[in-house]
Amino acid sequence: MQTYKNFVGFVSGSLRIILRGGPLYWAWIVALLVMIGIGGYFYAEQLQHGLITTSMRDQCSWGLYIGNFTFLVGVAAAAVLLVVPAYVYHWGPIKEVAILGELLAVAAIAMCGLFVFVDIGHPERAWHLIPWFGRLNLPSSLLAWDVIVLNGYLVLNFVIVTYMLFRYFLGKKPNTSIFTPLVLFSIPCAIGIHTVTAFLYNGLPARPFWNTAILAPRFIASALCSGPAVLLVLMQILRRFTRFEIRDEAIWKIAELMAYFMGLNLFLLGAEVFKEYYSATEHLIHMQYMFTGVDGHTAIVPFMWLSVFCSIAAFLLFLIPATRRNVFTLNLGCLLIYLGVYLEKGMGLVIPGMTPDTLGEIYEYFPSRSEIAISAGIFSVGFLLFTLMVKVATPIMLGEFRARSAETGGA
Amino acid sequence: MKRSPQRSVASGGPPGAGTWTGLALRLSPFPLLLLGLAACGQPHAESSLDPALFEDPPNLEYPDPGKLEVEPPPFSEGVFPCTDCHEPDLPVKGTPRKLTRAHQDIELHHGGENRWCLDCHSAVDFDKLHLAGGELIDFEESYRLCGQCHGDKYRDWRRGIHGRRSGHWDGEKTYLLCVHCHYSHAPAFKPLEPMPAPKPPVRTP
Amino acid sequence: MSGCMTISRRDFMCAVAGCAAAASCSEPTHTPFFRDHLHELDEKQIEQLVADLEADYKDQYGVDIEVGTQGPREGVQFAYALDISRCIGCRRCVHACVEENNQSRDPEVQWIRVLEMDKARGIDFAHANAYYEAEKVPRDGHFYLPVACQHCADPPCVKSCPVNATWKEPDGIVVIDYDWCIGCRCCVSSCPYGARHFNWAEPEIPAEDINPKTHLLGNRPRHKGVVEKCTFCIQRTREGLYPACVEVCPVGARKFGNLLDPLSEIREVLRSKRIFVLKTELETHPRFFYFYGV
Repeated sequence: MQTYKNFVGFVSGSLRIILRGGPLYWAWIVALLVMIGIGGYFYAEQLQHGLITTSMRDQCSWGLYIGNFTFLVGVAAAAVLLVVPAYVYHWGPIKEVAILGELLAVAAIAMCGLFVFVDIGHPERAWHLIPWFGRLNLPSSLLAWDVIVLNGYLVLNFVIVTYMLFRYFLGKKPNTSIFTPLVLFSIPCAIGIHTVTAFLYNGLPARPFWNTAILAPRFIASALCSGPAVLLVLMQILRRFTRFEIRDEAIWKIAELMAYFMGLNLFLLGAEVFKEYYSATEHLIHMQYMFTGVDGHTAIVPFMWLSVFCSIAAFLLFLIPATRRNVFTLNLGCLLIYLGVYLEKGMGLVIPGMTPDTLGEIYEYFPSRSEIAISAGIFSVGFLLFTLMVKVATPIMLGEFRARSAETGGA
Repeated sequence: MKRSPQRSVASGGPPGAGTWTGLALRLSPFPLLLLGLAACGQPHAESSLDPALFEDPPNLEYPDPGKLEVEPPPFSEGVFPCTDCHEPDLPVKGTPRKLTRAHQDIELHHGGENRWCLDCHSAVDFDKLHLAGGELIDFEESYRLCGQCHGDKYRDWRRGIHGRRSGHWDGEKTYLLCVHCHYSHAPAFKPLEPMPAPKPPVRTP
Repeated sequence: MSGCMTISRRDFMCAVAGCAAAASCSEPTHTPFFRDHLHELDEKQIEQLVADLEADYKDQYGVDIEVGTQGPREGVQFAYALDISRCIGCRRCVHACVEENNQSRDPEVQWIRVLEMDKARGIDFAHANAYYEAEKVPRDGHFYLPVACQHCADPPCVKSCPVNATWKEPDGIVVIDYDWCIGCRCCVSSCPYGARHFNWAEPEIPAEDINPKTHLLGNRPRHKGVVEKCTFCIQRTREGLYPACVEVCPVGARKFGNLLDPLSEIREVLRSKRIFVLKTELETHPRFFYFYGV
């Protein structure tokens, strides 16, 4: 009964916190709501007219939505992998870092779900994907597996953060015999979700560009750059606006690790480039479409070179100790990494994999206005979710938001 | 699941591969995860074609060509019966020459210099064709005449893999005669005007 | 799965029907918004489904459309063979297929793609052209390779579909349940032959051009948001007829029949000609053979 009362207090208190904020906070919330509204409008159009409002066609039947989905699975996976160094190196406020990672994972997975949802032709049939109610094609379909692992991961992270925050709210420490195994279990799961997502592409021998054994390692390596990039910026914001104590060393250490992962990512990309260009088989054409264009079709070439440039620049900025310790170059590096990996996953993975198509036709996909608006809307939903969760989590972690029973000494 | 193979789509059960049972059968003796991949990696021996499909089964009997269902021959307007003009007392000239009184439109592009009218058309009965051995045949049976030289095509046609057949894959079918597609005096297949090309996909802005 | 499960599922789904119904105001009215997988329906339910579909089509097109449910026949394995030394690339098959199978005229959906290839390069998809225009075909120096669903014995599309909306029938035809497909396009990605086509918009077919003789798993009119493809003209071939493309081909390049019948055209091709299949290396084991008749 006491727990129930406390939980009601937890929820109502959380709502009060969400509704309390300065002008900057409200400006941000309103901006996100506007973006969501615009995305919603375009989605209504898409529902009415069909996916013809996107630029996807039979020749390139996945596009920005699925690219974003893939990118965000990486963010979700990497956010949690950050927990590993946090434990290994005993940095500053471990629990805060871990919770932020889990919250980011929850928001990212929610966005993943939305991206798949807007991509399918019959969203009202999405229940066919729900185990028991629908009819999942297991074990052979990798999308079916992905649905399971992503939802499992969402539940796992949601349970972890809710449990931890509720314990802090009660003024108690999380029970480590429950909490530690769950957190540790979430680490292989994080690798798992990104691997299964890579296998979704990898398992399509019809598309030789994706049919490469280092696809999953590349996914993980790039995710370990983009996920922490979000967290680094967030940690600095929290440090400035709240009483969070996050030591510089922790931030620098994460930046250093990101440099190694970006180095690994670039190395794997290089291995792929070598294999394709040196052997120069018929499969080379997809990479040519990516980096040089084919027969004058060059729609995505500038973006791919921008991605490579961003990745290399960020790698250097994070590799050199002086630049990863400088606030400006550190944040510039985060931005470059985020952009580099976003372009690589969002465009450089899906589009060249499908161009030319399986019968050799080149259709130049480039996202339509509607796709961009809907994607921006989904990102806004994710940011909104993340903002609200962080808004509630921060005072709990700082001990400012407590259950009444905890304040009176835990009666 | 109910099975009623003849009448309903409900009988079309799901495929063996792609279900738990299908995979479990392949996997049964092994630890699941590793060997799951091994099972997926089977080169699908059971789906390869049975070598027996490529061999002649004993006592293979093709339908008698005499009973083939064919479309009527494609005569030009007003030329048949030939005996309307080629009356029995019309003299037969026994040498190749340029025709001046009739059939000037016919240009023979069939077998080079070595062919002429009476290789195929009978001078005994102008409404018939004649085989090399002298047997007179109707125009409906012209394929036998063609088959004298084009034996391989004749064989393929009889067995249904040269030329078009219409009707039922499991029963009655109609054959086209050689001359429906190959004009007998100039048999090379004539080029056709293609139907419209597909529209290339257009990007939404 | 048990009947009890089926009922509880429907109850659950009906509870959430309200929110989702808004998304599909233009959708049919007779067929139920939620339906179980076809393999879980008994014959009576399928009869009802067919009646509902026919009523919906009547509303939509004003035409009496017959939705057949003819099942597979024992001892029949369908296969197809195409003589690429004969094909002249005239696209008669493409358009006959569109008419027979009620494919959308706008946006254009075509199950058969005829590729023009250079004789100098042989079969080389990277240099193929489906958009050739010519006064007369065949054009010098070129040959033609029509491609549609290969009805693989190991279909990657069936493997990749997350919800079992597509499967291989006992007679070898790979079919799609248009009322179960969620439109995720995994099958489009996994098909090595570009055979699967998505309805990016609501298909448009003039009512007078509708072919009223249809099959539940074949050429019945589709709606936007689902994938479709060649079914070997299931509405014809299950009745013993040749597919429409075989009937229309002016050069007789297309051969169809029962792989298990030694007298079938298909078996004759296998015996007397050298065959090949597309993308052998992918081990999909197509039941669509190409051969050189001369």
